[in-house]
Amino acid sequence: MTTSVNNPAADKGATFFEIVWEWIRKIPPVYPIFIAVAFGVSQLNPNFATANGLMAFVRRAAPLIILAMGQLFVLASGGFDLSQGSVVTLTIIGSSLIIYNNEEYTYVAIAIMIGLGIVIGLVNGFVVAYLKVPSLIATLGMLLLVKGGGLYWTGGAPKGYLSEAYRFIGRGFFENVPVIGRFPASGIVLLVVGAILVILFHKTNLGKQILAIGDNAQAAKLSGVKVKQIRMIAFMISSVCAIIGGILLGGYGGTSYTAGGDMEMQSVSAAVIGGVLLLGGKGSVYDVAFGALTLEAMVSLLNLLGLPKPYRDAVQGLIIIAAVAYAGLRMKKRD
Amino acid sequence: MSVEVIAEGKDKRVRSNFLKKIPQVYYFLVIVLAGGLILDQFFASGNILSNPTILRNILVRSVALGIVAVGQTFVMIGASIDLSVAYTISLTSVMASLIMQGDPARVPMALGIVLLVGVAVGFINGLLVTKLNVNAFIATLGTGLIIKGVLNGMFSSGSMGSVPKGFQTLGYGSIGPVPYSIILLLAVVLIGWFILSWTKFGSHLYGVGGDILIGRLSGLRTSRVLIIAHIISSLTAVLAGLFIVSRLGAGAPWVGPDGVYDLESVATTVIGGTALSGGRGGVFGTIAGVMIFGVIDTVFNQLGVDTYLKMVIRGAIIILAVASYSVRSKREAA
Amino acid sequence: MTKDQNKAIIPMIEVHNINKAFPGVQALDNVSVKFMPGEVHAVVGENGAGKSTLMKIMAGAYKPDSGDIFFQGEEIQLNHPVQAQDLGVAIIYQEFNLLPERTVAQNIFLGREPSKLGVISPPQLNKQTEDVLEDLGVENMINPTALVSTLSVAEQQLVEIAKAVSLNAKVLIMDEPTASLTNTEVNLLFDLVATLKNKGLAVIFISHRLSEVFGIADSITVLKDGQIVGTKDISNVNTEDVVYMMVGRTLDHYFPPLGTEEDFGEIILRVKDGANDFLSNINLDLRKGEILGIAGLQGSGRTELAQALFGAVPFSSGEIELMGKTIAIKNPYSAIRRKMGFVTEDRKSEGLALMQPIRDNMLLAIRSLQNLFSFIHPDGIRASRSMVPDLGEQVDVRVESYGNQAQDLSGGNQQKVVLSKWLASGAEVFLFDEPTRGIDVEAKARIHDIIRGLTKSGVAVLMVSSELPEIIGMSDRILVMHEGTIGGELPPASSEADIMLVATGQQNGNGKAKSAANDGGIK
Repeated sequence: MTTSVNNPAADKGATFFEIVWEWIRKIPPVYPIFIAVAFGVSQLNPNFATANGLMAFVRRAAPLIILAMGQLFVLASGGFDLSQGSVVTLTIIGSSLIIYNNEEYTYVAIAIMIGLGIVIGLVNGFVVAYLKVPSLIATLGMLLLVKGGGLYWTGGAPKGYLSEAYRFIGRGFFENVPVIGRFPASGIVLLVVGAILVILFHKTNLGKQILAIGDNAQAAKLSGVKVKQIRMIAFMISSVCAIIGGILLGGYGGTSYTAGGDMEMQSVSAAVIGGVLLLGGKGSVYDVAFGALTLEAMVSLLNLLGLPKPYRDAVQGLIIIAAVAYAGLRMKKRD
Repeated sequence: MSVEVIAEGKDKRVRSNFLKKIPQVYYFLVIVLAGGLILDQFFASGNILSNPTILRNILVRSVALGIVAVGQTFVMIGASIDLSVAYTISLTSVMASLIMQGDPARVPMALGIVLLVGVAVGFINGLLVTKLNVNAFIATLGTGLIIKGVLNGMFSSGSMGSVPKGFQTLGYGSIGPVPYSIILLLAVVLIGWFILSWTKFGSHLYGVGGDILIGRLSGLRTSRVLIIAHIISSLTAVLAGLFIVSRLGAGAPWVGPDGVYDLESVATTVIGGTALSGGRGGVFGTIAGVMIFGVIDTVFNQLGVDTYLKMVIRGAIIILAVASYSVRSKREAA
Repeated sequence: MTKDQNKAIIPMIEVHNINKAFPGVQALDNVSVKFMPGEVHAVVGENGAGKSTLMKIMAGAYKPDSGDIFFQGEEIQLNHPVQAQDLGVAIIYQEFNLLPERTVAQNIFLGREPSKLGVISPPQLNKQTEDVLEDLGVENMINPTALVSTLSVAEQQLVEIAKAVSLNAKVLIMDEPTASLTNTEVNLLFDLVATLKNKGLAVIFISHRLSEVFGIADSITVLKDGQIVGTKDISNVNTEDVVYMMVGRTLDHYFPPLGTEEDFGEIILRVKDGANDFLSNINLDLRKGEILGIAGLQGSGRTELAQALFGAVPFSSGEIELMGKTIAIKNPYSAIRRKMGFVTEDRKSEGLALMQPIRDNMLLAIRSLQNLFSFIHPDGIRASRSMVPDLGEQVDVRVESYGNQAQDLSGGNQQKVVLSKWLASGAEVFLFDEPTRGIDVEAKARIHDIIRGLTKSGVAVLMVSSELPEIIGMSDRILVMHEGTIGGELPPASSEADIMLVATGQQNGNGKAKSAANDGGIK
């Protein structure tokens, strides 16, 4: 949500309507758009507006939301992380192989995967910050490394199974919750991860310095910001989020080789819809989360409108172009 | 002029000698070939790279990627990027086979239509980037997704039509020992080289990509130049699509993304010496980059190396190659 | 040519009653000058005198608020640099407009490549380039097929000049052309300028190096604070005359009083034999409570000195002592950690993250000293939560809200924000580079008060400035840089002339004029 508390109109003793209008203008577009889309969905599918329906929606959207929030850290620092999708795939097929239907290996698998995520992010960050490879290329290379490595490790054929405990994280519900009835496990993960990321980005030095780097890396450096180290941390966060998203997605959809797909493109799209500037310096965890929700809601809407799955890609394409064009026009008006 | 640049300028003068003038990608190509030959000797008794069939396969495999990479080189010299090529390839393959329906008489019509579509896609990309100021990454990603969506939505099942046998000679036929496909690739490369090095447009493209402000001060029509570059990129995607469909016999929506043509064409172009920031590079370097991948792929294939390990090596090469170019730069990369 | 013959010739380009104002400052005030063909006309003056603005107006990059421009006697309106170029006005900026990855020929003829049906003929392109180079007499020095990035700065400059000549320039404007050249290269440039002059071009160049000016120019115009002080034939003036014309003004505001001996404390910073690629033989002391002014011409190493002290472009040899302890400052972080702050020359590109809120800019340095994962307080740090408004008051910054983006502020307020950044991080040594450049009078005065106020609390200040009144008004001691080293030290309240004489290499700061043998300048 908007963080600033300033409202010049209020100071100038403007009318009530003018004050309200100033507030409205400041709301990032993603929120009204999400509400509009969600409204449309609920009209076509009354179930959506029920607690049950909403919880099912949250469960489905959780992986992408987490990925997008992680991608935010890299985008805000001025880079791209194209390796997220293949990291998701790695998580799923790797976990399957480690667990191989043995419940007791569930947590071992999760720990190993998160460790991998940290390493992958570290390497990405190192290549970008110290070897000075543009992040587009560096994470592209990592995409291939991870995809190839993961498929090689599992022999390229579906092997192993995810344990029930593991799958519960991604697809299970907690029952008998007061008021809402059931709450998805992935929702809990989402809230925990989301809270951590919100704190990191909005409440700690890390977030402020990332934004400073994305805005003006030279000025940041001259103000004592440790640019290289922070870039590495941003990539680590992005990769770990991809791992967590992968755990959720694996639970939700089962072992699959194409699950990760091009999720990095979707996470970038979600971020862009959430108002992130692609060259860095601006972004908010909340807005990005709602950008992801908007994308997912769009899927539902298109489904309900009878447009088959593929058309969501087309609509997504239109939306991101519109989002960036709009942001560009908005910035121009400032001058 | 800032004092830092003087030092750099003087440095450069001292260091510039003949050897440094050869773009680094050719060193890599030589290393890769040498490496391939060594592996060949040790593990396959020298049978791989001396086998003409295999050598030809290296080239044919690289044709589709090579054609697209040439187009990508154009936009990247202009400091832009084209991520829609994979889906344009798919679209072309599907449209071509649907229109042709196996009938040789319909081939010219099909060709005409897909070329027009390519021009349209490139034109739209160019407009988005120049007139709406949309970041090229997003603009071309967006159009790619739109094409993907429409394609998968309309053509996910049912007959895709087919390509007449005659047309398939493009994919399989040859004049003597030289396959048509290689001739096609060669033609595209030479035309691309010609445009870049010998025409005013090419000169202007380097100008616009190198520094758009200098371009404007020199009176260049910067928007027009970029739009044409994007059209060229899409047209090469169309050509690649036609080549692929001539080999497959019928089009399919998954051919583009399957080959990862978008990201791989970017990778080979950057390895070939074209900078993401524009203003320099060329098609020969890009083709060298494509060849590097082609040789590695083929040699490892013949040696029975796991497909997935090949992917890993590809990824590592991309990173290491570009790192070796960038390490000297003073800029902070993002 | 005698003066009478001059009068009969129409000026190649003439500006008449030109006025140009930017927010807070009148850059040009009723300026009228005639530039004659076949003449080299130098324009000199201090930073902010208006030289660049005038040139940019003539080159079509700026539009004057009022006044006329005449080209070969006819009044013209310039709306765009390309239009000026077409008319025949060429300008060579200090940052060359060349494409490094393209050849000399390709750069010169960008947009005008010789072609048939769109196809360029390389032989013709190279031949045309050779012709142009021959015209200038430099065909043996530059290869048309050489990549610009492989050329030296001097060679690149030649390419720029060749480009201008190939565009049939009738007026060639050069902004500080000798700033980065060696003596030999300067001589070559002057030969070239003589060639151009003989072709009938009007050559205009801006320079700080008076000895060079006297070596090549036929006339000289002195600008001061946006006004013409005078236009003279070079044979009628000498260096000292020009210096005196450039300086001496009524102050637009009063500076706070200089410090006294009681204010100055122990030596906090000492440099012994500091050197790097741009500096040599740097020996200086900085005491607590004093303002050490660093003067000198552009390119003399002033900024590089500050950058070296801050670790942005560190010393490669020599020693730095902070409070008596030898330390190494290899990057800005280590300087900041040791309580140093640097208000850089260009606040927009180096001092501020423009899209971030003002409060975050103010807290940027102090936050970088803290743990990366510590919680932030919106307006300060845990120990002091209302830091931002307090700082804002201390530097007297006028904002609607500290949540606004930094780019919304005026130049003066932006500079105050940068200053407050170092107050927040508790800097005890402040480095300033052009602290009041591009800032209106009121904010200037305020910033000067703040800087002096800092010293009263024991802070040591090193202040680089090209504005002589500022140096004189603020410095308790003055060091004058000259060609990468310290040319001399001058006492407080030295005259502008004294400073300029050391800066131009005429004297070495001990009051002694340099003999011809010692003179580091040209001719």
